[in-house]
Amino acid sequence: MLNINDLHARVEDTAILHGLNLEVKPGEVHAIMGPNGAGKSTLGNVLAGRPGYEVTGGTVTYKGSDLLELEAEDRARAGVFLAFQYPVEIPGVSNMEFLKASVDAIRTARGEEAMSSMDFIKLAREKCKAVDLPQDFLKRGVNEGFSGGEKKRNELLQMMLLEPSLCILDETDSGLDIDALQVVARGVNALRSPDRGIIVVTHYQRLLDYIVPDYVHVLAKGRIVKSGGRELALELEKHGYSWIDEEVA
Amino acid sequence: MSENIDQYLKSEYSAGWITDIESLTIPPGLNEDVIRLISAKKQEPEWMLEWRLKAYRAWLEMKEPEWAHVVYPKPDFQALSYYSSPKSMEDGPQSLDEVDPELLRTYEKLGIPVHEQEVLAGVAVDMVFDSVSVGTTFRQKLKDAGVIFCPISEAVHEYPELVKKYLGSVVPQKDNFYAALNSAVFSDGSFVYIPKGVRCPMELSTYFRINEAKTGQFERTLIIADEGSQVSYLEGCTAPMRDENQLHAAVVELVALDDADIKYSTVQNWYPGDAEGKGGIYNFVTKRGIAHTRSKISWTQVETGSAVTWKYPSCILKGDDSIGEFYSVALTSNHQQADTGTKMIHLGKNTRSTIIAKGISAKQSSNSYRGLVKMNPGAEGARNYTQCDSLLIGDKCGAHTFPYIESKNPTAVIEHEATTSKVSDDQLFLCQQRGIDAEKAVSMIVNGFCKDVFRELPMEFAVEAGKLLEVSLEGAVG
Repeated sequence: MLNINDLHARVEDTAILHGLNLEVKPGEVHAIMGPNGAGKSTLGNVLAGRPGYEVTGGTVTYKGSDLLELEAEDRARAGVFLAFQYPVEIPGVSNMEFLKASVDAIRTARGEEAMSSMDFIKLAREKCKAVDLPQDFLKRGVNEGFSGGEKKRNELLQMMLLEPSLCILDETDSGLDIDALQVVARGVNALRSPDRGIIVVTHYQRLLDYIVPDYVHVLAKGRIVKSGGRELALELEKHGYSWIDEEVA
Repeated sequence: MSENIDQYLKSEYSAGWITDIESLTIPPGLNEDVIRLISAKKQEPEWMLEWRLKAYRAWLEMKEPEWAHVVYPKPDFQALSYYSSPKSMEDGPQSLDEVDPELLRTYEKLGIPVHEQEVLAGVAVDMVFDSVSVGTTFRQKLKDAGVIFCPISEAVHEYPELVKKYLGSVVPQKDNFYAALNSAVFSDGSFVYIPKGVRCPMELSTYFRINEAKTGQFERTLIIADEGSQVSYLEGCTAPMRDENQLHAAVVELVALDDADIKYSTVQNWYPGDAEGKGGIYNFVTKRGIAHTRSKISWTQVETGSAVTWKYPSCILKGDDSIGEFYSVALTSNHQQADTGTKMIHLGKNTRSTIIAKGISAKQSSNSYRGLVKMNPGAEGARNYTQCDSLLIGDKCGAHTFPYIESKNPTAVIEHEATTSKVSDDQLFLCQQRGIDAEKAVSMIVNGFCKDVFRELPMEFAVEAGKLLEVSLEGAVG
């Protein structure tokens, strides 16, 4: 589903990714771990097409076509979803309005009919319950005055409504207490399916206790330097990242 | 026999009318003879002519104001024609095929029915049946309630006492340069009188007023709400209006007598000029209301049109416990310039005012908020709350805020909040990452920004206003 080959990218004048390789097949959950500044967030942003992130080499193939050719909104419509590390506020625009516009745009792109408002409200309320958000969140401005945990759960709510093919979670666990972490993990696990790929970017092993990955990759200095199974994460937890740094050097 | 006479009179009248418009030409320029001629054309009584002349003489002594934050070539007032008889329909486009396709595209986006498109674009269509039937039911209902709603030129003849008493009572002839000019040469406009204790049975809209299309460039509106009455008045239209007059100088006067309530909503979408800033209407408007004891005046405006806007709908809170409100969205794009805001003059005790102003600037435009809050010595316990927010789209536009606060009463409370924000790249990217394209995203963000004001608009207007912002912002994201 996703094939990243020798990807180089920079942000403004700083080169961050230096030849990254990764393959994600449908049904797989990949965890990407690494020290601060390794390029973890850059990877998610490059895949989602964020302005300011410039690809300087390599290829990314998604479902058989060149992902890098597409505009950000077209990537989203093709099923690429990025759960943001720091979701921004859009004052005055209600969550409901935002979610409806988003679901409509993506359904239209898939050739499906737009949902009726009534059906949508019903669905949105149901998904709210699943991520433990009270229903009045739908009426509030997008992320407006939300706590850190509420913002992350709101990202998850969007993911559940849009049912993307490829989910990228960018440090979704940062700033979450253990209860919120479990809610998020439960949501992500519910989304695991044979035709969906999931990339979990995280600094801590903790999240992987709840979202058990099929593969763990260590990202350091802009490249995947080590890959393995679940046990690699535990090893990192024990020895820290300096061990990797030494090995790479 | 009498039927025949009727028939004869009718045809005579219409024939006379046609001859009238075809033969009438007034050369450009302004002098007392021109004013006498305008007054004579309208068969005005002597007092009305004197009133106009007084305004004209005052205007001669006045200078065009230059304090506003706008730059434009000053109109040559002697090169303008001050009485343009209604143009013959044959001069206009004969069908929509002859209308600027860009204009049609906009109509389509706003979802305006073809028949209305024709009227707005000035196509020669027979509107008579429609307007007569709509107008008649409408007028009957108002008449039953005792409400007067007619062209001001008609009111001068039918209700001279009311006009004499209130015309110029809120905006005197000498008030300012444009108001003086308007007073001297005003073409037509609306007159509204709501009798004591009457709640106007429907929202009054210029859209339904017969002769609306030809009010001309110097519109004059006078609304009087008698004691304990209530009225909501809608002015304008979301569709861009074709107009060959570049200068518009309107005056609106509102009189809210004790316990009365006037709500005045405007959607202004005059031609803003093209993307290079050529053409476009200069809109210099004086709008003011006087609020007597326990009465309330509420202005709501959505301004997206005109090349230059100079407009400060104001309230004089004369009576104790009176309330003034101003809710405004002003959007500028391309090379548009807007200097708009309000004045809240607190004279009475415990008077209250609220100002919510939202300015949006895109492309190379300039958007200024200018507002005065004045607490006079008698304004014991008066309060004002002002919130003034600017939103910038792109990095070539400008937003300016000029608040003036004068308080001469130590018990008065004035609060002022102001913010300036940008539609950020992060907000846009969040929307795009959720499949929403940039233009839709900007329109959603802008509509969210304006929500506090749209809430104040009558329901139907609010939906249209949202759509209007979307169309006006097209291409604002690079």
